[in-house]
Amino acid sequence: MASTYTVTKEQILSISGVDPLKCMRCGKCSATCPSYDEMEYHPHQFVAMVEKGEIEKLMDSPSIYKCMSCMACIQRCPRQVEPAKLVEAIRLGVTRQQERNHLKPDDIPALLDPELPQQAIVSAMRKYTK
Amino acid sequence: MKYSYFPGCTLKNKAQELDRYGRDAAAALGIELEELPQWQCCGGVYPLSHDEIAIKLSSVRALAAARDDGAALVTLCSACHNVIKQVNHDMQTDDYVITRVNNYLAEDGIAYNGETKVLHYLELLRDEIGFDEIKQKVAAPLKGQKIGAYYGCLLLRPSGVMAMDDPEHPMIMEDLIAALGAQPVVYAQRNECCGGYLTLEDKSIPEKRAAAILENARAQGAETIITACPLCYYNLKKHAAGTGVEVKYFTELLAQALGVKEGE
Ligand code: SF4
Ligand code: SF4
Ligand code: SF4
Ligand code: SF4
Repeated sequence: MASTYTVTKEQILSISGVDPLKCMRCGKCSATCPSYDEMEYHPHQFVAMVEKGEIEKLMDSPSIYKCMSCMACIQRCPRQVEPAKLVEAIRLGVTRQQERNHLKPDDIPALLDPELPQQAIVSAMRKYTK
Repeated sequence: MKYSYFPGCTLKNKAQELDRYGRDAAAALGIELEELPQWQCCGGVYPLSHDEIAIKLSSVRALAAARDDGAALVTLCSACHNVIKQVNHDMQTDDYVITRVNNYLAEDGIAYNGETKVLHYLELLRDEIGFDEIKQKVAAPLKGQKIGAYYGCLLLRPSGVMAMDDPEHPMIMEDLIAALGAQPVVYAQRNECCGGYLTLEDKSIPEKRAAAILENARAQGAETIITACPLCYYNLKKHAAGTGVEVKYFTELLAQALGVKEGE
């Protein structure tokens, strides 16, 4: 689904507090990312693409729902770029728009099983909806 | 010693064992954990975007209540701990957050500036009681057991804020395992994520992560791995059958070694 309005690079930088110019393109963030195989765009690409202003491509990619928020890329980046903050900001750029929640409350019951901890539901709702 | 305690919503529900064993063990160690009279869910995940303020309010309310009781705030769930500790750090260092949060809470008569000390239960054991003291109180040493610590991601990262241990070479749970009389097993995947909340939508991702973690632990000789997080527990336990590795809450082993595990 195409975005209903444009989210600018400046908005993403401001929401995230990230400065992509600090990146030295070492790729360590992507090498350490446990979700690497699940992602179309990897953490270092989020950094490079935001810098180039390719916000829409990232907003339309399922990769924004594959980040586990494990903070490995935040912890291990040698330049303190904190790529996961860009993934979060791009996802918020989507979910903060009307009718663009990734999960709807009606979707939840089918996803539950008796052992699933509340924490999983609360966290996923925080990440996937506004 | 008395501490304020924030159990969190999962420990009131799906992870009651983590909570019950934790309380029983604390009592056996002479620690009084006083649950905050009122608390709300912390939200489960610390917001990584700078402009999210409302999500942080429940943590700040809990932190302010602990301060008013004059006690440090003890957490047990890794996720609650991560959220509350990071929010506390914001309230000590980030003027943008401090101002906005206090504006919101002014109508409830709350003003908070990061005064409360936040301790994870593991830090309570290490820093307030001491592993030597715990060793003295072990009634049923876990002799011969090979146990791997599973830290996951939230206890250790970001290390500048969490400050629990070295983020790549942590020792705190291994030291606890040794104090309980068992043999700690170190393995590379112990601080790599289990897949977390992705499990709600797509079980295949945590399944792959769990396999990598459990195989690695097994290869290093672990028979059991322990966690402080209900979601790690769920993701790992779901895929542990047939791997030869058992998944347990660390509080269960603690209660067992102290001789206060129910039914023993
Ligand atoms: S926080 Fe997200 S992007 Fe960063 S390493 Fe973890 S899963 Fe990958
Ligand atoms: S680890 Fe940091 S510096 Fe290296 S590519 Fe990733 S963001 Fe850039
Ligand atoms: S981390 Fe989980 S269990 Fe703890 S209060 Fe928050 S959402 Fe509830
Ligand atoms: S549940 Fe997974 S995501 Fe959460 S702390 Fe445990 S390892 Fe990390």
